[in-house]
Amino acid sequence: MSDLTIGDVIAEKQYHLTRDTLVRYAGASGDFNPIHYRDDIAQSVGLPGVLAHGMLTMGIAVQPVVDWLENRGTVLDYQVRFTRPVLVDPTDGATVTVVAKVGALENGAARIDLTVTFNDETVLGKAQARVSLA
Amino acid sequence: MPVNPELQGRVFPPTAPYLVGREKVREFARAVLATSPLNHDPAAASAAGYSDIVAPPTFPVVVQEATLAQLLAEPDAGIDFTRVVHGDQRFTYTRPIVAGDELTATLAVTSIKSLGGHSMVTAESTIVDAGGAHVVTAISTLVVRGDE
Repeated sequence: MSDLTIGDVIAEKQYHLTRDTLVRYAGASGDFNPIHYRDDIAQSVGLPGVLAHGMLTMGIAVQPVVDWLENRGTVLDYQVRFTRPVLVDPTDGATVTVVAKVGALENGAARIDLTVTFNDETVLGKAQARVSLA
Repeated sequence: MPVNPELQGRVFPPTAPYLVGREKVREFARAVLATSPLNHDPAAASAAGYSDIVAPPTFPVVVQEATLAQLLAEPDAGIDFTRVVHGDQRFTYTRPIVAGDELTATLAVTSIKSLGGHSMVTAESTIVDAGGAHVVTAISTLVVRGDE
């Protein structure tokens, strides 16, 4: 781990979400807000259509970091700001891209900065995971 | 109705203990597209020194749900659920959650701010294990939109 440098890209990954992904997350998390599975309700509150749960995007975005860490460390702190919604088309779904970069290094820990985009726009702000490194 | 500023500093009673089941962790892990063996395979988790499979980093949201329900149900809170947008979220860990943990969450409203007609409510859920030791704190900022 000592060969890490600030700015290193440790992972880059794409995730494809479909409406089933959202229904599965609703069940697993207990968040049954219908704007995440019904277009009519989403539109009635002024949204263009069904959106992914912000917490689903947050949950997926840290996975490349978890995979990179394997058994060498754990996530000590993870934060995001929800800046733009991820609109999930009923037929085509939505593809979210995650780029994970080393943002800071300290003794036995690192801050990993995540850039999370959908349709070339950032959907999470200040997305940072602080991890311990064995 | 605006959010009641007197909510700031209010601490709620602890939630009923939540027993983290192995299949619940697997279900949640599948839902966030987590593929790490530590999230699915007890043998892999055990080899890494854990007593059972490890929950993904955002799993505390399942436990936090009960505390946010307390907040929205508070009669004098003035929080209209249909106007709530999730602003930001943070998890600060002492140790990872593993299957078998019995977790209790205590909610505190740490800040209420007004910003351009909207209210920003920061809700902090401190989650401890059966022995009372800190596991993780889940911090949510909810944006409550004002009347348009």
